[in-house]
Amino acid sequence: MKSDNKLGKRIVLSTYIGFLMLPIYWLLNMSFKTNQEILSTFSLWPQDFTFDNYLTIFTDPSWYNGYINSLTYVLMNTVIAISVSLPAAYAFSRYRFLGDKHLFFWLLTNRMAPPAVFVLPFFQLYSAFGLIDTHIAVALAHCLFNVPLAVWILEGSMSAIPKEIDETAYIDGYSFPRFFIKIFSPMIASGIGVAAFFCFMFSWVELLIARTLTVTDAKPISAVMTRTVSASGLDWGVLAAAGILTIIPGALVIYFVRHHIAKGFALGRV
Amino acid sequence: MKTKNNKAWFFVLPVLILVGISAIIPLMTVVNYSLQDTFGNNEFYWVGTEWFQEVLHSERFHNALQRSLLFSGLVLLIEIPLGIAIALAMPRKGIGVSVCLVLMALPLLIPWNVVGTIWQVFARVDIGLLGHGLSSFGIDYNYTQDIIDAWLTLLLMDVWHWTSLVVLLCYSGLVSIPEVYYQAARIDGASRWAVFRYIQIPKIKRVLLIAVLLRFMDSFMIYTEPFVVTGGGPGNATTFLSIDLVQMALGQFDLGPAAAMSLVYFLIILLVCWVFYTVMINYDQQQAGNEVGKGSR
Repeated sequence: MKSDNKLGKRIVLSTYIGFLMLPIYWLLNMSFKTNQEILSTFSLWPQDFTFDNYLTIFTDPSWYNGYINSLTYVLMNTVIAISVSLPAAYAFSRYRFLGDKHLFFWLLTNRMAPPAVFVLPFFQLYSAFGLIDTHIAVALAHCLFNVPLAVWILEGSMSAIPKEIDETAYIDGYSFPRFFIKIFSPMIASGIGVAAFFCFMFSWVELLIARTLTVTDAKPISAVMTRTVSASGLDWGVLAAAGILTIIPGALVIYFVRHHIAKGFALGRV
Repeated sequence: MKTKNNKAWFFVLPVLILVGISAIIPLMTVVNYSLQDTFGNNEFYWVGTEWFQEVLHSERFHNALQRSLLFSGLVLLIEIPLGIAIALAMPRKGIGVSVCLVLMALPLLIPWNVVGTIWQVFARVDIGLLGHGLSSFGIDYNYTQDIIDAWLTLLLMDVWHWTSLVVLLCYSGLVSIPEVYYQAARIDGASRWAVFRYIQIPKIKRVLLIAVLLRFMDSFMIYTEPFVVTGGGPGNATTFLSIDLVQMALGQFDLGPAAAMSLVYFLIILLVCWVFYTVMINYDQQQAGNEVGKGSR
């Protein structure tokens, strides 16, 4: 009886994971094929194995700069979002102040704002400051939805730490900044990790805003994909290789935070 | 108990400035456009609520709204039960946990237009595994021409893309249930269903609520993936609100109606989220109340 149950669970799990992996495998498969093979024959694995598609990407600056641009603004966004969210989350978790609940909800509404609504006004706002086609413009624009999320997650993990810790530290003569950096931050490290993970994730996957705010110098890889592909008459192999390469940074990040994901979800109140 | 201290505003100030600039100024721009008409040259004329009336009465808006609501509804109906089922099937400890988490989280970290590309390729009849497989079984499948096929492809893509988020949230709720609860259930001889109904569901209610909220918002705002896969077609069959909106604002440059539509769209999302938020706060207070009740006994 018990083992039946276990077998059932295994089947459910492996079916689901198989379903998740299949489209990714198909893309990987295509990335090692030549265009001719993709269009002429149908095969479950590459017959004429080639690295040419990847070589195209690594030797053409308009391709690999896309990756550098994306990573630059994503990292900038993560750093900015976390550093402004930390004090705010501390205030929400420790103090009651005038309008705190309204402020919190207002922040969350920004996470709910459809990017499509903001595309045009963002373009005008950042043109007014002369920031179009810079990394910082995309990083700041992505803060709109990442900061509320970071505040939400950090507030949850901070509230799990008893307030007595703060009070004891002050009695021991710690100043606020020293207490925050030396004692408090290490205690909520996994919360910070999870918040950073989410900031990275949502900034990395977003395209609409990033594409609108950039022209050439800061163009993200996902936008390079849409443009180059349509110009060169659908180069399926290169498209597949570029797609596979966009999966890698995400996979690395997940691997590093894998122990914190489950715990962080439970701890933070996301 | 939290201390009352209005100086806490200083801590919130950086967030306030940052989000304020990138939220309030653009929002005001949208409001501006929605109330005025322009004939170029930066000349604007006050038109009052004309655009709103036009949008609210237009067939196009109604159709797009219906499609978006249907899509969100279907997405929630499929992903939430499926997510719970898979979270229940996950192992609790050992190497399997890490492997499952990493593999499941993978679709979440793929840029959205790449998700679109993956599925566009995967579902193509000539070069895709899914499309080719289905047609070789003799099923007449073509997502660029058939409305039902297009919808099924988009739904399957969304299930592939986002179910893992529901799984991760539910799983984190499940692992936080103390072992004692299960032991007590075993002693009482509770059935598997009873454990699920009276222990697991109440304990993951909160994260489940968040999962429903996030899935509703994101599926209602979906833009990039259907745009890449179907481009809103065949015909207008998969033109959701956001696709319609971008088309109107950037494609046809009808700023007035587009702005009015944006505001209506935003208000719908805001309303739904406010309801969720209120339910959640009430639930928290109820929980806190229960705990105080236990403590005094």
